[in-house]
Amino acid sequence: MKQPSSHIKTLQIDGQDVGANQDETILEVARENGIYIPTLCEIEGLSPHGGCRLCLVEVKGVNKLLPACVTHVQEGMEVFTNSPRLQEYRRTILELIFSEGNHICAVCVVNGRCDLQALATKLGMTHVSVPYLYPRRSVDASHDRFALDRNRCILCTRCVRVCDEIEGAHTWDVSGRGVQAHVVTDLNTPWGDSDTCTSCGKCVNVCPTGALFEKGKAVAEMSKKRGFLPYLTQMREKRSK
Amino acid sequence: MMIEELHKIAAVERDEDNRFQHHIHVCMETACIASRSDHVKQALTEAAAGKPCRVKGVGCMGLCSAGPLVKVEPEGVLYQGVTPEDATEIVAKLGDSPVSRLECDTETPFFKRQTKIVLENSGLIDPERIENYIAADGYLALHTALNTMTPAEVIAQIAKSGLRGRGGAGFSTGLKWTTVAKSQGERKFVICNADEGDPGAFMDRSVLEGDPHAVLEGMAIAAYAVGASQGYVYVRAEYPLAVERLKLAIRQAKKLGLLGENICGTTFSFNVDIRLGAGAFVCGEETALIASIEGKRGQPRPRPPFPAEYGLWGYPTLINNVETYANVAPIIRKGADWFSAIGTEKSKGTKVFALTGQVVNTGLIEVPMGITLREIVFDIGGGIPEGRKFKAVQTGGPGGGCIPDEYLDMPVDYESLLKIGSFMGSGGMIVMDETSNMVEIAQYFMEFSKTESCGKCVPCRVGTAQMYELLDKVVKCEATMDDLLLLERLCDVVKNTSLCGLGQGAPNPVLSTLRYFRHEYLARIQEGNRETAFVSH
Ligand SMILES: Cc1cc2nc3c(=O)[nH]c(=O)nc-3n(C[C@H](O)[C@H](O)[C@H](O)COP(=O)(O)O)c2cc1C
Ligand code: SF4
Ligand code: SF4
Ligand code: FES
Repeated sequence: MKQPSSHIKTLQIDGQDVGANQDETILEVARENGIYIPTLCEIEGLSPHGGCRLCLVEVKGVNKLLPACVTHVQEGMEVFTNSPRLQEYRRTILELIFSEGNHICAVCVVNGRCDLQALATKLGMTHVSVPYLYPRRSVDASHDRFALDRNRCILCTRCVRVCDEIEGAHTWDVSGRGVQAHVVTDLNTPWGDSDTCTSCGKCVNVCPTGALFEKGKAVAEMSKKRGFLPYLTQMREKRSK
Repeated sequence: MMIEELHKIAAVERDEDNRFQHHIHVCMETACIASRSDHVKQALTEAAAGKPCRVKGVGCMGLCSAGPLVKVEPEGVLYQGVTPEDATEIVAKLGDSPVSRLECDTETPFFKRQTKIVLENSGLIDPERIENYIAADGYLALHTALNTMTPAEVIAQIAKSGLRGRGGAGFSTGLKWTTVAKSQGERKFVICNADEGDPGAFMDRSVLEGDPHAVLEGMAIAAYAVGASQGYVYVRAEYPLAVERLKLAIRQAKKLGLLGENICGTTFSFNVDIRLGAGAFVCGEETALIASIEGKRGQPRPRPPFPAEYGLWGYPTLINNVETYANVAPIIRKGADWFSAIGTEKSKGTKVFALTGQVVNTGLIEVPMGITLREIVFDIGGGIPEGRKFKAVQTGGPGGGCIPDEYLDMPVDYESLLKIGSFMGSGGMIVMDETSNMVEIAQYFMEFSKTESCGKCVPCRVGTAQMYELLDKVVKCEATMDDLLLLERLCDVVKNTSLCGLGQGAPNPVLSTLRYFRHEYLARIQEGNRETAFVSH
């Protein structure tokens, strides 16, 4: 007779033995065990994106780095989350993010409350050694309550996903390729003219930077409310059971 | 369609052919049509009217640079650079001595050194007539597989043959088929990747234009093996002729019961539809391709899960390249041992290359794996024009590398190319001579990757743009040694942290030119230093 396979996996993260459910990601298990892995595009309650690459970890016997936010655990896995090589890569990736946009923290509405800024401090990014690209990017202030400053957008697509997966409006999307990629509302029409936007503000609250913000907030005044997301998801999961 | 019917179609077609003493084959693929082969065919048809001679449009004969190409059978005389005005003369000289002014020597290594499996019918059959394909043993393999083999036996043959994917990475085809066959799903799909976005590559286009049924037959056999009933060919919209021929081929195969319901009188059913791509290079990446078929933005997603488990609309999906599928029917027909006798220990069979750049003979070639680069460039390719010196050959497209002369005697196979910092890729091969500057070459490829990056992940999106700017500085003699260090650091980060093969491969042209032609980078940097030194004095 066939043995039923086990749903419980045991593995090691940074030398620590941990247990996990087979459908959990490395990131989830690390968090449960108080092991920190930097993330930026990931946000609890939304589908994973895998775009920021900050959560990359090393797994013994695998020659590629794996994104912890989407990689599922396996029995006997040995994960390393914070090698000098990873630290170096993460700092460079952050520098690339800063070099790409026009991030002038001193004049930003979320100064002091920005995920990107916090991460740079936490990961010890002291300066940007790659040249700034100074792209020309547009601002959309056509919505009566919110505004989008693409100069501060890091293309994490949290806004796109929350609007699609939670609000169900799918107002946001990404247009263009490479460094020309940018977020748009509806079919690239001004946000204020959007037929689909319900003005719920979820996108503004999940945005990790000052790219999406409430109008009328002064520099460093805006803080983002995220509590609703895990709560909403939990409630929905309960209901669908 | 029973085997007797298949044989009958073949016999009728051969009898029809035998009624003619001479056959004039005119290449009717994109390259030759561009030099007016369609007019040549028209003129030949008119000139041959009432004569024991049949004119037919065929697929690529290889030497695209000498087109339009016309071949006279059974004499085997090949004419190059034919114009409509030459038609009467060609027809008049049939059975007599050939028109020497147009004759192209077929005793040269370009023709003699090739081994044709994928292109076995190219240039011989009329791609617009299924009967012509059947007369060349077409659909015999499908018939054999469906009626005499179990799906597991088909997979075993493919595995035993040693066939590996021709779309780039060289993954074992047998192993991929096994995974899809074992994956659980209410439905399964088979996809043919005909996106072919590498600059200068046209192998897959040629196969589709010259022998579309070979691809369909391979897909049908694959579908039977993995348990799929629906297939898609994802082909770029820039290939209108390939699309037209595929559509026609699908219609013809359906009419004869070789696609559709109850194929060859069995319970197996398989339909194929065409999906057009908008020409984004990244849509050739399998997960982006699947997203594109689903109507979403063509963007890769992290793997695993691989398409074999979670593919089109979440169902197990087999995705292979055009050339991979075109190898399937010959393997089933002639056996795994026949196939695995060709090539090297780990790379079996042949590879089709689009040979371009600074080489005498440019065109489409099919060579056994393990052939040396020297044989390709100097024998088949005829060497470098005007006695200039060879410098490098680039394989693997924008994710590949430049190979210098010290490796000319290295065998061409998946592992050897990887070892020296290049990549098999889908088959683009660009020859460069001493007049090429390698920093500019690297910049050219980086510009391609930067423009084609989908923008999803940070290292590729921003990293390629930064590397491009740094290369631009080197080219313009404005870079410093610090810039070179930064360039190398970015190569490392982008290669190791990007999400898909586009970003992971994008640094390769820089890394390989830095490895073999570093002095060219240094020369431009020193040049710049001298100038600034001069200015500041
Ligand atoms: C950026 C990128 C572009 C690609 N383009 C193609 C392509 O044009 N054609 C192709 O067959 N495979 C392409 N591939 C490889 C596919 O992802 C996939 O591996 C291949 O179709 C599998 O088929 P095979 O096993 O027969 O090679 C590309 C991969 C990447 C990362
Ligand atoms: S606007 Fe904000 S949430 Fe949306 S992609 Fe940009 S940074 Fe992310
Ligand atoms: S590596 Fe480049 S092409 Fe691939 S997902 Fe990332 S941004 Fe897109
Ligand atoms: S958090 Fe995993 S890639 Fe961004």
